[in-house]
Amino acid sequence: MIMSWIFCIFTGVSCICAAVTGNGSALAAAVPEGAQAGITLAVSLAGSLCLWTGIGKLLEHTGVTAALSRLTAPLLHRIFPGTGADPVLAEKLSGNICANFLGLGNAATPMGIQAVKRMAEKAAPGCASDEMCRLIVLNTASIQLIPVTVAAVRASLGCATPFDLLPAVWLTSLFSAGLGVAAAFFLGKVWGHD
Amino acid sequence: MTEYIVPLLIFFAAALALRKKENAYDLLIAGGAEGLMLLFSIIPALVLLMTAVQMLKASGAVALFSSAAAPLLSFLGIPPETAMLVLIRPISGSAALAVGADLMAEYGPDSLIGRTAAVMLGSTETTFYTLSVYFGAAGVKKTRYALPAALFADLVGFCMASWSVRLLY
Repeated sequence: MIMSWIFCIFTGVSCICAAVTGNGSALAAAVPEGAQAGITLAVSLAGSLCLWTGIGKLLEHTGVTAALSRLTAPLLHRIFPGTGADPVLAEKLSGNICANFLGLGNAATPMGIQAVKRMAEKAAPGCASDEMCRLIVLNTASIQLIPVTVAAVRASLGCATPFDLLPAVWLTSLFSAGLGVAAAFFLGKVWGHD
Repeated sequence: MTEYIVPLLIFFAAALALRKKENAYDLLIAGGAEGLMLLFSIIPALVLLMTAVQMLKASGAVALFSSAAAPLLSFLGIPPETAMLVLIRPISGSAALAVGADLMAEYGPDSLIGRTAAVMLGSTETTFYTLSVYFGAAGVKKTRYALPAALFADLVGFCMASWSVRLLY
């Protein structure tokens, strides 16, 4: 439903705003232009997306995801102490984070859902536990090794070095994930259980 | 340095698969097909949202909103031109892609604004969507501080994206 609202608000605000500022002809011209721009964007993404989902499948099958999971286990144990007594939860959690890291959204989400469900079994019914909140923050902060989509858009616009923004993306992700988890730890101490 | 990361990653992924006696080529083909199917499924959304975003821009609403949000964003060090992206990024992934791609096209992929938009897109997620998927699956109604904490992480991301681009390029 939320997308229906967004679409309705976007188009409604456009009509009102154009009427007030007298941009009617530009508004009408924007409709076919925008529609075509959607297709252009999709086409410009196609090559990179096709290649990288292929690479992603390779990394998954050759055990790179599993190796990464083992590497990150100690860190995850600090953020999610519950994984100490529950190896299955530990596996799902690290699988979720590592798949996200490699940009495998399709593989990451099911594992994340399984992890949250497992956490829910031990939490108060219908109420988010501290570990669940931290999992949400880690997932929404999106730590990604290669931001494929963004690089593809840049390349399609004639950028000679579409991957040169990797350091900035890594730095930004690290800070948002780190400070986000820190905020979650802090809020977990001061926030009641409603 | 960074220019070798991606080509080397591609080579090592394939070489590792061969060493493990996996059929690297078939895996690449199968994965690629999945990726194209995924793209195909989001094309209608991209068309709809690109149309809505272009309408907003042509009507002058984006410029109005950006100038209204400019004092707050400038205070945080975020380029005011990215106001729409900051607003829509936590709500819809496809809409954010539409807005971000448009910013990169308008200002150029190597401009300060184009780069900032790219880093914002690449380092944040669709917070509301993630929250609803995970908590929906687990039957969680009381989300406690998950949303404020996640939105705080997004805010840190938007600020860091702006600062790191200014610092590094």
